[in-house]
Amino acid sequence: MQSTGPAAAQPPAPDARTAELSAKFLQRFPAAKSDYVRSKRFKVTVAPEASAEAALFLRDELGFDHIIAVSGTDYMAKKEIEVIYFVASLRPGQEDLVAALAERTGRDSPVVPSLVEFWPGAEYHERETFEMLGVKFDGHPDMRGILLPEDWNDIPPLRKDYISPGR
Amino acid sequence: MTTPETDYTPDPDKIMSVALGPQHPGSGHFRIRLWLDGDYVVRADPDAGYVHRGEEKMAEYRNYIQNVPHLERPVILDSSGILFAYAEAVDQLMGNKIPPRGQYLRVIMAELNRIISHMYFLGIYGVFEGHTTMIEWGLGDRDLFIDLAARIGGARVTFAYTIPGGVRNDMPRDMTEQALKTFDWFEKRLQEYEKVFLRNPLFEQRTKGVGILTRENAIRYGATGTVLRASGVKHDIRRSEPYSVYPELDFDIPVMKEGDCWARTTIAVEEMRQSLRILKQAFKTIPEGPVRLKLGPQPRVPAGEVYFRTEAAHGEQGYHLVSDGSPRPYRLKMSDPNFRNMILLPHLLKNAHVADIPSIYWSLNFWPVSSDR
Repeated sequence: MQSTGPAAAQPPAPDARTAELSAKFLQRFPAAKSDYVRSKRFKVTVAPEASAEAALFLRDELGFDHIIAVSGTDYMAKKEIEVIYFVASLRPGQEDLVAALAERTGRDSPVVPSLVEFWPGAEYHERETFEMLGVKFDGHPDMRGILLPEDWNDIPPLRKDYISPGR
Repeated sequence: MTTPETDYTPDPDKIMSVALGPQHPGSGHFRIRLWLDGDYVVRADPDAGYVHRGEEKMAEYRNYIQNVPHLERPVILDSSGILFAYAEAVDQLMGNKIPPRGQYLRVIMAELNRIISHMYFLGIYGVFEGHTTMIEWGLGDRDLFIDLAARIGGARVTFAYTIPGGVRNDMPRDMTEQALKTFDWFEKRLQEYEKVFLRNPLFEQRTKGVGILTRENAIRYGATGTVLRASGVKHDIRRSEPYSVYPELDFDIPVMKEGDCWARTTIAVEEMRQSLRILKQAFKTIPEGPVRLKLGPQPRVPAGEVYFRTEAAHGEQGYHLVSDGSPRPYRLKMSDPNFRNMILLPHLLKNAHVADIPSIYWSLNFWPVSSDR
């Protein structure tokens, strides 16, 4: 048995491909923020108004065509909710990459544009984020819940101020 | 075998809405709302959530080790596969270097679980299509692999074996012979599956040309796993984005072009053959040494976020993990392969015959419990 000292995380080193893709994205969207560029992963944050254009650019110009997840995180202290689209690529040579397109919206009435038009596979992911975090996706073809009971009568459960019964 | 014309317009007065389920057809509670015109499905709307248990919320109340047993519950027949990505995600956040023997044991358990899961899939699919032999064979032969997994993991289905820092325990020293014997036997057995099940005229009639998913749609809808590879996309995370010790192992990724129910079934048999290749190599070349790092009961995970994905039996299993430096995850998002494939149901069922619904539903190897999380 080996023992590790206090966790010393070393983020994986960025590789040239993700650095290049991230730079291309920032060149096209100078207002966007680069959160991280790592080996095989990069994350960019855009304003919700720019997300549709950013999605189109990611899909058609950079080749990220395969939606793999939509994740939402409630940052209660900052009064923000972050929505992240994780998109992989099936373009030869970059099948190992995942791009994360993030956007932040106010916690009180969170609305972001739906990106189903660009990645049809995001339809159920957005519905899940809608019911779990209360984020409305503007322009979604079928904005209703998916996993919770129809008579759910409480705040969205993945909000940080929702406390599970018995806790 | 006939496919209804796609330009057919239904008469709104004749449409009948039917609820298929909620029931437990061998995999978990699920309902599909159908709008039918005679024998044709006009519209299908999957109604998920009957087995939702709030895994992601639960994870926020437990520390990184306590999260292990409940995170494997959504897919008990592939419990090591679903935990693989979680363990790797935590390891990446902590910067853990897993000892080689631990990595090999993770791969061995994941591949055993892949076979266990695919066998269940074939068995249930067989019995749905009226092929009773397949469920007897499938569940019977599956037990040999459960026995092997039980010798390593100590339980028959939920092992909680793949944990952050490595694996829980070493495997018994005397099981290599038993394992290799099982693999050799099963390799021959798979040929019989082909003769009796895949090439059975009745099974072919019910699945060939049914529920065709084109390559373009598979990508557009974000399909994954056997479904994606049966539609002509060579994408398996074990090769596309190699993790653990997969780069050291020799195996192929089977791909088929047809995209129909038959291809999705055949590819599962091919994948088991490749898993056997991996397992044989892993059992022969597994290095000696420790199997895990000692992390303690409440490991400290530095703040940060990570997205890690692996190829589980049902497809690509991803975890988005956000840590704020506290003992518990700030946010844990499971990107589940079955949830991703669920969106194919309305697409594939549209204009299908009612009698083809089970063929299409089960060819997706759809697992509602995992989809609902």
